[in-house]
Amino acid sequence: MSETQLAAPRPTRAEPTGEDRRRPRRAATRHRLQLSVLLPWVVPVLVILGWQWASSTGAISPSILPPPSKVLATAEQLWTAGELQRHLTVSLRRILIGFTLGASIGLVLGFVVGLSRIAEGLVDRTLQMLRALPHLALVPLLIAAFGIGELPKVVLVTLGVIFPVYLNTVAGIRTVDPKLVQLGESYGLGRGARIRDIIVPGAMPMILTGIRYALGVAWLTLVIAETIATSEGIGFLAQNGRDMLRNDRIVLAILLYAVAGLLADQITRLIEARVLRWNPHYQGGNR
Amino acid sequence: MPATNLVGLDLVGIGHRYRDKTVLHDVDLTVEPGEFVSFLGPSGVGKSTLLRIIAGLEQPTHGVVETTGGTSGGTMSRMMFQEDRLLPWRNVLDNVQLGTRHQRERALELLHDVGLSGREKDWPSELSGGQRQRVAVARALLHRPHVLLLDEPFGALDAITRVAMQQLLERVLAEQPRTVLLVTHDVEEALALSDRVLLLTEQGITRDLRIPHARPRHRGDAQLAAWKEELLDGLLQADTALSSH
Repeated sequence: MSETQLAAPRPTRAEPTGEDRRRPRRAATRHRLQLSVLLPWVVPVLVILGWQWASSTGAISPSILPPPSKVLATAEQLWTAGELQRHLTVSLRRILIGFTLGASIGLVLGFVVGLSRIAEGLVDRTLQMLRALPHLALVPLLIAAFGIGELPKVVLVTLGVIFPVYLNTVAGIRTVDPKLVQLGESYGLGRGARIRDIIVPGAMPMILTGIRYALGVAWLTLVIAETIATSEGIGFLAQNGRDMLRNDRIVLAILLYAVAGLLADQITRLIEARVLRWNPHYQGGNR
Repeated sequence: MPATNLVGLDLVGIGHRYRDKTVLHDVDLTVEPGEFVSFLGPSGVGKSTLLRIIAGLEQPTHGVVETTGGTSGGTMSRMMFQEDRLLPWRNVLDNVQLGTRHQRERALELLHDVGLSGREKDWPSELSGGQRQRVAVARALLHRPHVLLLDEPFGALDAITRVAMQQLLERVLAEQPRTVLLVTHDVEEALALSDRVLLLTEQGITRDLRIPHARPRHRGDAQLAAWKEELLDGLLQADTALSSH
């Protein structure tokens, strides 16, 4: 009995194991983490301090670029009056509805075209032609069609979002490694399971890239859309500030767009880091 | 676990064309249940195509593949490729379980057998090439295929890892005997592992060598060395013939 056990050696590990490589890294990581959190904020903070200083010495005329302290005070005042919240909510709602609609349409079209050659033949050329139209040029037409209410603004955002999502979804599906699809086939996966387990996860990096890009387009579109006859939203804040010669309000509106865009981008990065955690390029998430 | 009833194969008049190129012409072959058969031959002669036809991934232009012996149920065949083809978005355990249900316990057992206990939750990107190929071995075996089809499975590994993988395969097959077809460029690998080595050339199967030696085999064996010389000569000639037109 014991002889047979001796005679059958367990396999030896020819390669170094993952544990050996991972452990010692941990202690050093903590310091690097703190540094990597702080480092990106150094330049923005310096810029704001310099801006404040330049304003206080009169190097920058407050009638052109008001100092950060003034912008902050304006923000506080608008917040107490409840106006800031109202404009922010309105803008966020436009983005949310427009983006959700656009991303859904882009994803559905992308999957249909990516998975079916017939659908590709049928609609891809049309979509490519539509893509050549700059959607912002449609503003006058949209106002003529939908008036000056919420609808044209949301439609404009939707149109801006559809194409980046669509194009990246199609490309993502097309570039899934055919060897993996073939593997699924030879291991008894049906078409539905192949799409769910191989094609969707394989296309996911590109789909998320498309979504992140589309989010940028959505904010940009909103800036333009909100300058059309409008009575609410961050864009109104800027328009209104110009009419009343209140540059502090214009600067505040610009900063709000910037912060909102940045936050949206951070959220998609977090989603990427979670969904693509298998991919060594996305581990750590914050690149 | 009782060994599955072993299944043999009968290939009758297999021929295959890709558009205007004939890769296989009238190949007849009988594989006994439980036999380990290796295919050697120059590139482009149709070894991989033959495996894909047996796997049912491709329909031959001519001929039929029949199974002999064993039971009709169960998974007919599973294939291993030169690349591990692990799904990068699934951890090791989920990769092994691909295409199966309620096989978690056995998947864990197989991972233990291939020496990867404790790595179940790792992503494929965290493993070395040899480790990934071992996951692929476990994945193929989980289906309990009657026939294991190996298409240069260790061709991309370094020499030491390759020998380790050959020993692993030998050990797994000793525990769970089954019919195996191996395509390889490595004459030594074929001689170390197989019951039968076939030389596939443009003229079809030109050499059918039976190796009675018990396993594990001593790689320095004089008879094996003589066969190695002979097979290498045959390969060289076939390769020259193939590239001359």
